[in-house]
Amino acid sequence: MAATRAAPVQAPTQLGKYRGPRTGSRAGWTFLLRRLGFYLVTAWAAITLNFLIPRFMPGDPAVALMKNLQQASGTVPNAAAMQAVRMFYGDPQQNLLQQYLEYWKSLAHFDFGLSVSHYPTPVSDIVLEALPWTVLLAGTTTVIGWLLGTLLGAFLGWKPGGRADSLLTPVTAFFYSLPPFWLALLVVYVFGFTLGWFPISGGYDPDVPFQLNNLWFLLSVLRYGALPAFTLIFIGINGWLFAMRNVMVTTVGEDYVLLARAKGLRPHRVMLRYAARNALLPNVSGLALALGSIFGGVIVAEIVFTYPGLGYVLFQAVSSHDFPLMQTIFLLITLGVLAANLIADSTYVLLDPRTREQR
Amino acid sequence: MRQFLTNGKVRIGLAVFGAFLLIALIGPWLVSSVLGTDPHRIDYDALGAAPGGEHLLGTTTSGQDVLAQLITGCRGSVAVGLLSGVLAVGVAALVGVTGGFIGGRTDQLLTAVTNIFATLPSFPLMLIVAGYMANVGPVAIALLIGLFEWPVCARYLRAQTLSLRGRDFVQALRMVGESRWRMVLVEIMPHLTGILSSLFLRAVVTGVFTEAGLRFLGIGGGDSVTWGTMIAFAQQQEGVVRGMWWWFAPPGLFIALLGTATALVNFGLDEIGNPVLRHSSRAAVRRATAHMAARRDRTNTVEVAS
Repeated sequence: MAATRAAPVQAPTQLGKYRGPRTGSRAGWTFLLRRLGFYLVTAWAAITLNFLIPRFMPGDPAVALMKNLQQASGTVPNAAAMQAVRMFYGDPQQNLLQQYLEYWKSLAHFDFGLSVSHYPTPVSDIVLEALPWTVLLAGTTTVIGWLLGTLLGAFLGWKPGGRADSLLTPVTAFFYSLPPFWLALLVVYVFGFTLGWFPISGGYDPDVPFQLNNLWFLLSVLRYGALPAFTLIFIGINGWLFAMRNVMVTTVGEDYVLLARAKGLRPHRVMLRYAARNALLPNVSGLALALGSIFGGVIVAEIVFTYPGLGYVLFQAVSSHDFPLMQTIFLLITLGVLAANLIADSTYVLLDPRTREQR
Repeated sequence: MRQFLTNGKVRIGLAVFGAFLLIALIGPWLVSSVLGTDPHRIDYDALGAAPGGEHLLGTTTSGQDVLAQLITGCRGSVAVGLLSGVLAVGVAALVGVTGGFIGGRTDQLLTAVTNIFATLPSFPLMLIVAGYMANVGPVAIALLIGLFEWPVCARYLRAQTLSLRGRDFVQALRMVGESRWRMVLVEIMPHLTGILSSLFLRAVVTGVFTEAGLRFLGIGGGDSVTWGTMIAFAQQQEGVVRGMWWWFAPPGLFIALLGTATALVNFGLDEIGNPVLRHSSRAAVRRATAHMAARRDRTNTVEVAS
């Protein structure tokens, strides 16, 4: 939810430092390798947090879990189930280091345990079913929101203080401050409930056979996804618009933009190829930084629209105290965010030839 | 400072922010003595009533006055926001300023920790921790939010401290042999008050936002009223499907207003810090040229006269 305010791109300080294109590309590789190292460390931190949180929480989650299991299945869990639960939530009798190693071992075997609320379905089955929906929803809306916001921001920043700018910029500040879940409720109320244009819950038409090669099914996915997607894009646009506008304002005053204008190039060419292109970098690196917080919006949107993605499953898991499911989803979201970060970083290297570690 | 207070955006933003603080402070008193009700009282004659008449903003499905809840909820939301803001900015100052000032290995380590925390998706993490702690009170929620919101602030503070560290006056103090802690507390910190207050405002709003989000997801117990619980109850008790907009629309609007106020203050601060943004204001340019033209005319007349 939080906007990552664009950091000004560091200008090359000494011309003498430029060592030609070949070293430049090598510098790009070292940059990427460093980032990769950082993400590996972050992934380790996330996995370790996942291991530590249930063990440092007040009470014994394992006992609570067993109680839930008993309620869900109606039978007293056997020793094997108890053993499995202890592996994830810690046995007070075992030492922490050994538990940690065991934990890594089960992760390496992609063994995430059994869900409590859907006992005895393996967690991985539930998660894999929900994953494509979230990837689809979060991926498309983030990209569309980013593109639209950046373009609009470039347009507003091109004529700072102009009519469009002085009207739209305060309005975006307001839009940007709307709580995502509230906006989602409003969208449900207006478009789903009052106008009745779109279905307000679910990810596809339950009356249509669930087949990917069925055109009607795909159309129903689009129709059901319309409102959550609209909400997320609307939320996404504003932050990028803000950041882009502010950087754009500083680039339009640069000499090379003046030169391009003086050459008599067409205005939109100067705007997009000269000014916007140079203002773009902070928004690209901002995309990487914001990915983690974007998930906050995706989760609430999925919950409001009962969209069958990870966010909704996470919500159900939290409300039914399904700890194994909760943790696996968190792990997956984190790893997804890290992977997307790496992609954003690679794009950054392609866009900015003078990429260096910015300390 | 004077520049800060004459900026129109900053003024409007601070005024709105101050108004909310005031409501948070005297809200419950207002509700009990002026409205003569309390947010939990049930009016059996007006269940789910539309705005108007005895209940200015209508009632909930269970007959509680929405306006009373809105005013009381302001305190709940703002209190969580303030507490989480203090914690977030406090930790951020500790980590960011220390790292930026000391530099070297310590800085590298602190930066790495900051970046790791910034990259982890904080909302799911909060959701999970809150999920483990059944029945979390408002204080625990605020602490939880603050705990995961500091990294962004820490980055800003570190960058700012780095630039301060190289300034001449710090170098001079180092020559004199001033102690490190005195330098940080007495010399560096005052230069950071501007950015600290801006970060604090933003952290408060983020706290209000996140609290509402967590409440909406059913995290937290007790009977405390916040804007988040209002929206959550409206959703759970089918306020949306029954078209009771007066129940869920106002709290969200208030949150958005608070957010806009902060955005305006930060806009103003940006304009003061970055003159390019300020001069981009057409009105300002027009004023300046008019002013210059007037002066030119005046000097011309003076020349002609002499």
